[in-house]
Amino acid sequence: MKQAKEKIIKALGKIHAGLILLFLYLPIMVVVVFSFNTSKRNIVFQGFTLEWYGKIFENQRLLESFKNTIIVALTSTVITTVIGTIGAIGLYKYKFKGKGVVDALMYIPVVIPEIILGIALLSIFAIMKMPLGILTLIIAHVTFSIPFVVFTVRARLNGFDPSIEEAAMDLGAGRIRTFFEVTLPCIMPGVLAGAMLALTLSMDDVIISFFTTGPTSTTLPMQIYSMVRSGVSPDVNALSTLILVGTIAVVVITQGGLFSLIKTKITKKKI
Amino acid sequence: MKPMVEITNVNKYYGDNHVVKDVSFSIFDGEFLTMLGPSGCGKTTTLRMIAGFEEPTNGSILVGGENVSDKEPFERDVNTVFQSYALFPHKTIYDNIAFGLKMKKVKKEEIKERVTEMLSLVQLEGFEKRMPSQLSGGQKQRVAIARALINRPKVLLLDEPLGALDLKLRKQMQIELKRLQKKLGITFVYVTHDQEEALTMSDRIAVMNGGILEQLGTPDEIYEKPKSKFVADFIGESNVFEARVEEVQKGALSLRTETGTVTAKNDACVQNEIVYISVRPEKLQFSEKEVEGFHLTGVVKEHIYVGSFIRSIVVLQNGFEVKLNRLAGSDLPPVASVTNLYWEKEHAVVMHSRQHQIFSLIDNVDLGEHYETETAL
Repeated sequence: MKQAKEKIIKALGKIHAGLILLFLYLPIMVVVVFSFNTSKRNIVFQGFTLEWYGKIFENQRLLESFKNTIIVALTSTVITTVIGTIGAIGLYKYKFKGKGVVDALMYIPVVIPEIILGIALLSIFAIMKMPLGILTLIIAHVTFSIPFVVFTVRARLNGFDPSIEEAAMDLGAGRIRTFFEVTLPCIMPGVLAGAMLALTLSMDDVIISFFTTGPTSTTLPMQIYSMVRSGVSPDVNALSTLILVGTIAVVVITQGGLFSLIKTKITKKKI
Repeated sequence: MKPMVEITNVNKYYGDNHVVKDVSFSIFDGEFLTMLGPSGCGKTTTLRMIAGFEEPTNGSILVGGENVSDKEPFERDVNTVFQSYALFPHKTIYDNIAFGLKMKKVKKEEIKERVTEMLSLVQLEGFEKRMPSQLSGGQKQRVAIARALINRPKVLLLDEPLGALDLKLRKQMQIELKRLQKKLGITFVYVTHDQEEALTMSDRIAVMNGGILEQLGTPDEIYEKPKSKFVADFIGESNVFEARVEEVQKGALSLRTETGTVTAKNDACVQNEIVYISVRPEKLQFSEKEVEGFHLTGVVKEHIYVGSFIRSIVVLQNGFEVKLNRLAGSDLPPVASVTNLYWEKEHAVVMHSRQHQIFSLIDNVDLGEHYETETAL
């Protein structure tokens, strides 16, 4: 009797888990499946084709926007990571008046509705008479992703023993040498995590980009958005599938790296 | 002996907090000097000022005759062993030890030679490729020592280096450190709060308390002739009485404590001066009859068998508990009986309290009244 009950509970658990996964991945599966569909409409699967993938590479505007996205994402990530890391180190190391206020101010760009930040940035650029384009886009992306880098680097710094830096200086390393030889390698996981966050935030941002971009600097998410206004076409499906594959590849590589890092740490501790 | 480190009138403030108060002393070349004191006494701050991690608010620090007060840590010929080891977690043991030489741009072949030499010195041959996280606490400590010694510093600073180790390993490392120091002849400045560690390892001990250098001397001097109540209390066990000098005779003092009269050797005391008398538990003695010069009685509270000796507790009239260590097998008064206590007058150490200056400044002070309020023993 009891065994039967347990069996039922186990089966229910499996169904539950299955439904969750289905709920999460069914929409994505639809996109992937219909990207290979010969029909233009996402209703019935009529036959297999790679035609849409070919079409992507003929679409000049799409390619242009993809290039823009990459330029903006990479540039803003590098700038953000540098500024954010320096900021985090400064906040960690030095005590000054109003530090609490600065700490609190770091959170505001994170919780503020994106649309408000977008409008605010747009008005600033208008006041400064800056023409909207790649440059304003990069500045905007740097603005909203700095706090994320500061948070991840600070989290790493909290577990950092300051006497390690002192040891390096004690052994003859100057301040700059100490930073690159000791501090940076120690906080590197935090810096990389922050950079990854900044990169993904920049790559799929629509709202803030919408306000701060110019006519020639449309990014990929915005381009896709304009393409689906007249219905989801198979070439958008194909493009989405490609982005999906790219994202999964990045996740596998970084997570794989992270996992192996954690694994070695654990095994090392055992010794 | 020429001084290797000269600390002159050094003060350190953190805001309004005065943590090192006008400290002056010299450390000789090749000496093992320990700065000893409770936490917050300023010993670590003093060490960090020698290393260059903290700047003295005023005063000067000379290393090897050169004023280093405003030099950066990386410009000083001293190296530090940290309590937390502070090994570089992302570098191998080899790279950790080689770090100092790499900074000095020493040739690779020489680095290799000297790292190998260091590894054999601290008995860690074959550990070159390991990471710090793969080592035990004792091994990490040895790497930290090797890393600090490879630059051949004039002075090695050690900030409670054995604090994180268990007792057995601690004892072993104490011996090893002492051996290393003798072998290399480098000046060691060692910080600890463990008095036993200080007594066994040091050539001289600087006892610090509340930012003040209380006493500087050999372990023997510190133990046998403490100069202040704090030192007598902190180093080993002691019974400290507060007393007023009643009579100054030739070579002897008659002193009055709250609970009776005692005698001690004269040590530049003046009449009516308030002093502290420190008597080690092993120097205190029982007597059935009153001994000349002493009128000190108490009730025996208990005898505790400790092994090689018996620890007795005697309660004086004011509730103060006196500790005595007697050899096992000696005659002891029964528990709850009243007994006389005495000591050989040369076994008591008389310490000038800082109060007598106040007394001599103010005339017509009612000594008796002041005395009672001060005697809170």
